[in-house]
Amino acid sequence: MSPDAATIATLRARYPRAFAASPRRRATRVVVGVLGLAWLVALLVWFDLTPARLWDGLFGLFKIVRLMIPPSPGAQWQDILNGLAQSVAMAFLGTFVAMLIAVPLGFLGAGNVVINGLAHFSIRRVFDGLRGMDQLIWALAFVRAVGLGPLAGVLAIAAAEIAVLAKLFAEAIENADTRQPEAITAVGGNRLLRIRFGLLPQVAPLMLSQFLYQFESNTRSASILGVVGAGGIGLQIAERIKVGYWNQVLFIILLLLVTVALIDALSARIRRGLIGVA
Amino acid sequence: MSEAYPASLAAGLPRIGEYFHKLAPTLHWRLLFDGVTTEGSLAYWFYRLDSWSWLLFQTVQMAALATFGGAVAALLLCWAAAANLAPNRAVYIAFRRGLELFRTVPDIVYALILVYAFGVGPPAGIFAIGLHTVGALGKQFAEAVENADMRPWDGVRSAGGTWAQGVRYAMLPQVLPNFLSYALLRFEINVRGSTVIGFVGAGGIGQELYQVIAQNYYEEISAIVVLIILVVAAIDMLSERLRGWAMGAAAAT
Repeated sequence: MSPDAATIATLRARYPRAFAASPRRRATRVVVGVLGLAWLVALLVWFDLTPARLWDGLFGLFKIVRLMIPPSPGAQWQDILNGLAQSVAMAFLGTFVAMLIAVPLGFLGAGNVVINGLAHFSIRRVFDGLRGMDQLIWALAFVRAVGLGPLAGVLAIAAAEIAVLAKLFAEAIENADTRQPEAITAVGGNRLLRIRFGLLPQVAPLMLSQFLYQFESNTRSASILGVVGAGGIGLQIAERIKVGYWNQVLFIILLLLVTVALIDALSARIRRGLIGVA
Repeated sequence: MSEAYPASLAAGLPRIGEYFHKLAPTLHWRLLFDGVTTEGSLAYWFYRLDSWSWLLFQTVQMAALATFGGAVAALLLCWAAAANLAPNRAVYIAFRRGLELFRTVPDIVYALILVYAFGVGPPAGIFAIGLHTVGALGKQFAEAVENADMRPWDGVRSAGGTWAQGVRYAMLPQVLPNFLSYALLRFEINVRGSTVIGFVGAGGIGQELYQVIAQNYYEEISAIVVLIILVVAAIDMLSERLRGWAMGAAAAT
């Protein structure tokens, strides 16, 4: 028993808002749509993304993809495995060094340890600022400072990671239970003892689990640091692209996917063990 | 394994200090606000502020376009990658794995490859970031869809609506604020990524930064890095506001 057309027309006349948005809303929608479209067209023109260029690019990409199949390890497969191991080692060392430095920094950035609001606020802002710098920038700078090779990669990962871990640690510490440090004060412990026995045991498992999580994420990024010369598998990818061994490039990418998935699975298991069911 | 032997470390560490010392600009308090020609003034440090700002603007626009393109593609793909809407399990698994594949390859690797296909310049960077974004956003979108309330969907479907109508009228209104918030978060990440995508020749401020680092123009390096940090922080704050607004709009409805 659906209503006939006349009923719908009278209802529409009586309750216009039930059938369509208000004129103001519709006008806003049109204006936003037109502005968005203008922005899009302007960008497409500016970046020279013409259909012809797109077509050329897609054609080039198609050719590359065809060269990639089938993936093959190539003659220097030992270099590839070596680079992969190096990447994982770089990620681990870099994250580890960052953790050593980030633990004290995390306590400094936590609002319940450093009571002074201004100090706490400015330390946090410094972490935020440093996080704005991508790892690759650090890598490029460290390559210039200590030369090509994995050492630059380790330092770059550590430098970029300190700010991230310090922020995560500070947040973990702020969320810790306050009763345990209070108990330490009650039995006459000073500030340092309070941190060591009141806070640290609470946050240590959380810190470890965040360390593992960041290690996973750094394995991904360590695989590309080699592009700027900071060691690891990235160098192998970049070199093979330069000489056009596309099937080996695909092999490395697939190998990378498998390795990252393996490390993810392993670390997820350890993390579950550390902090219970998460 | 990473050849970080004590000897090379000991040799390297002083050089790090030296390098970062050189990066620091020579500023004199007295001359801080003098003209471009005075050594030690802020204007002297940022002497090419106009061209750098333009490049940074370009970089941010690259990230915006890539995020937009990636979000549109993810919006089209996410429905089939959600377990509650996919027509059958095979489609769901195929879409999920496909998105995962796009997500796991870092955008720099895409850029390396695409620079060969599109030539040096921003288009390669935009597509590289866009491809990674499709995977990342597609997965997040699909998860948002999976967490959506199924009752509106059942209502539309039982009233005779097609699958597409169900998506449009039952699911989209529910998940749109979430989508918007994820897209903005991804935009923040992409702005960061776009500042370095130029290292491999894919446009933006990264190309300039690569040049000045390669040629050891110490003070220009720090000037550009400071600008990048400022822009990233500003965009983070802006997008945080917008995300708060999007989630507020979601709570109001």
